[in-house]
Amino acid sequence: MMHQTPLKIAVASGKGGTGKTTVATSLALSLAKNLTETVMFLDCDVEAPNAHLFLKPEFSDQKQVEVLIPRVNETLCTHCGKCTEVCQFQAIAVLGQRTLVFPQLCHGCGSCTMICPTNAIQENPKSIGILQKGKAEQIEFARGVMDIGEPMAVPIIRQLKKWVKSTPSQITIVDSPPGTACPVVESMRGSDFILLVTEPTPFGLHDLRLAHQVAKELNIPTGLIINRDNGEFKELDNYCKAENLPVFLRIPFQRTIAEGIANGHTLVDILPETILSFQEICQTIRNIVK
Amino acid sequence: MKLFLTTTGPDLHSELDPRFGRCAYLLLIDSETLEFQSFPNPSSSVSGGAGIKTAQFVADLKPDTVISGDFGPNAASALRSANIPMYLYGDCKTVEDVVRRLNSNSLKRF
Repeated sequence: MMHQTPLKIAVASGKGGTGKTTVATSLALSLAKNLTETVMFLDCDVEAPNAHLFLKPEFSDQKQVEVLIPRVNETLCTHCGKCTEVCQFQAIAVLGQRTLVFPQLCHGCGSCTMICPTNAIQENPKSIGILQKGKAEQIEFARGVMDIGEPMAVPIIRQLKKWVKSTPSQITIVDSPPGTACPVVESMRGSDFILLVTEPTPFGLHDLRLAHQVAKELNIPTGLIINRDNGEFKELDNYCKAENLPVFLRIPFQRTIAEGIANGHTLVDILPETILSFQEICQTIRNIVK
Repeated sequence: MKLFLTTTGPDLHSELDPRFGRCAYLLLIDSETLEFQSFPNPSSSVSGGAGIKTAQFVADLKPDTVISGDFGPNAASALRSANIPMYLYGDCKTVEDVVRRLNSNSLKRF
């Protein structure tokens, strides 16, 4: 059997609720039916992961995500402020004769510890979330889950991507978080292709532009799936034409689809003819990234 | 006494800025003579930790007090560590109002 080069596709949208997970899970299921390729699914929406509701994986492995938080020994600290200058995130501050650490802002980069001239800074691990992996039938499934109250998703996504490197697979589908901020950039980074999902509304188009801009900035090719399409929003088609953004699929605006998804079914369960569409999309992507 | 006040512009006629960490300007004012120095806030557009960075900037100049519309939890704990008392300007509309209310001890302590 012929093995193809590994391919990593990130599914992203800008606007939340456009159907990223609907598309990502159905794409993974469609490709897994083709038994020549192994499929890995990464749920990188660590603030609110939900792909497990559709793929129903059984987790067999788990790992804590920690960042190293500085702790200042006040008897050694001279309050010189070098740590504050080097910190890009305002996580450490010298105020008079005290040096304060703000753990929730700390990315655990270690710069303050390295620069401290009196070795007054020690690092202590702090848990910010967990990683889980397992199998959803043929699909290798992994996700990150951020602890409640933690503000930083990026280290979890970064460690998730690293953790699954030991599980080689031909195709990786990344379900990105919504928005266009750092967690989205981290999810997209290293992908061969970004599959954007939008809805035909002014809000959907507005955020699609932003997500598309991020993809262009990262220099990763893109294609679009329009969800809940009713063929009435011409501005979206005009944008795609002007930007040369290929539209791979239009998922119709149908009550049966909404009801099915609300009941935990996947798009390929509800509309089995989309399996072929998703397999073809993957082939198109392979031709684009070649 | 020397007070820091958050404003939207660089002089005593500027409007007050209700935000501490992301205020546009910081005025360092002498409450007796109304002499002042104005500083554009170096952290008005940082991506995170603006309150802490502004607090550090303020603390380095050692004012007797700092006045704003409100203080976030990180800024407040930073200023508390530096032992700088915080006041809220409440319904004051002008810089002059704020100084007068501070001098008459009628500002609300944060």
